Amino acid sequence: MRKIEVELGVVTRANGSALVKFGDTVALAAVYGPAELHPAHLREYQTGILRCRYSLAPFSVEERKVPGFDRRSVELSKVIRVAIEPAIFLEEFPKAVVDVFVEILQADGSTRVTAINATNLALISAGIPMRDFVVACSVGKIDNCLVVDLNGIEDNFSQADINFAFMPNRNKITLFQGDGQLTKNEIKELISLAKKSCEKIYEVEKGVLSGKYSRQIS
Amino acid sequence: MENIADKYLKGLIEGGRRSDGRKLDEFREIEVKVGVMKNAEGSALVKIGDTKVIAGIKMEIVEPFKDTPEEGVLKVNAEFSPLASPEFEIGPPSEDAIELARVVDRGIRESRAIELERLCLEPKLRVWGVFIDIDILNHCGNLLDASALASIAALLNTKIPKLENGEIVRGKFEKALQVAFKPITITVCKVGNNFLLDPSYEEEEIVETKLSFGIRDDDKICAIQKYGSKELEFSDIEAALDLAVVKSKELRKLLG
Repeated sequence: MRKIEVELGVVTRANGSALVKFGDTVALAAVYGPAELHPAHLREYQTGILRCRYSLAPFSVEERKVPGFDRRSVELSKVIRVAIEPAIFLEEFPKAVVDVFVEILQADGSTRVTAINATNLALISAGIPMRDFVVACSVGKIDNCLVVDLNGIEDNFSQADINFAFMPNRNKITLFQGDGQLTKNEIKELISLAKKSCEKIYEVEKGVLSGKYSRQIS
Repeated sequence: MENIADKYLKGLIEGGRRSDGRKLDEFREIEVKVGVMKNAEGSALVKIGDTKVIAGIKMEIVEPFKDTPEEGVLKVNAEFSPLASPEFEIGPPSEDAIELARVVDRGIRESRAIELERLCLEPKLRVWGVFIDIDILNHCGNLLDASALASIAALLNTKIPKLENGEIVRGKFEKALQVAFKPITITVCKVGNNFLLDPSYEEEEIVETKLSFGIRDDDKICAIQKYGSKELEFSDIEAALDLAVVKSKELRKLLG
């Protein structure tokens, strides 16, 4: 795995925020809310809702990306949302919304999983009630070798990749997305590889959080 | 309070039954009709029960992408027109429509059903673009499996237009588009601890999590997508995958 760096509270105007680097991939997530949802017809009376917006900065990739919401960002925003939703006690705040904005400032592969890790940390920093962490990583197959945490070049030349997120304490999968050509056995191996890697990421992230917040308490 | 109809459906599924008498892993009746649109280079209408989806293929000459100067271009687009369901709205494609199109795209692209390098006319300048447009005509559940089936059926029915002086002559054809594999997408739905295939519109309302697999003729998995706001057990993935692989063979037979 590449070096993981985490910085919390970088967006001081947000209720919670986190900057996460997986090697040269840099994701910044900011959380606003829970706040009253407008317009009112979107409100759910049994539960709160989570909205996520993933976007790639125009300068984050080699060829400038046209700013704005393209089809890939729409899909990834949804994928990130459904990866995070199972962990949040949304029923604690009916009629309200939690907004998450993730900006990929620099892209070198595995941006959606980096975004999920940043989102998770930003939500925890914002004090949103959660059942568990959501930790994510990518795994894949390159030259018939199974690898973890694909960077940009590896992503381009991989035969297959899987994006994976899970809740380490509840031992449940929240994101499982893949493409390429894989056999059933390869999928099984990649899942266990992904799980092991996520457990390592979890330890790093937990360390950062307790480092930051235990100091504040004492 | 839980909706009475939902509770009824959940109870049935727990007992291994469904409101229309199907088994949990049974599809509704499937009908595949190809060549239904004369102005498209390929087309297919798929009915799964009352769900109706049409896929049309148009072939155009386009500029290749910069990073693949010697490859044709494949694009998949899906329209959830308000004519097909009261919950579809006018406007730009919804999140669900975009996701569906992208998952269909990955199933076809990653399976290498279409060898894009064969669709190059002049490197860096002109290549064939294969445009798959999916139109939902009636939404009665399981749109993804129906759309993916319509797309591959339409591709298998596609003819490459004739070129004269580098221009397309519509209505005249060079040859059939080569399709190397027949990827099939199967969505496995989880309700309680049961797996369900081909949910009806009503059943879809109670499905909490879904896993879709794009599966090639040789059982290789080419696309995976998890849907829904609930989590999955580790053991679910293998069980769902096995179910999907078995069912994919059944659906592939419909493509002839």
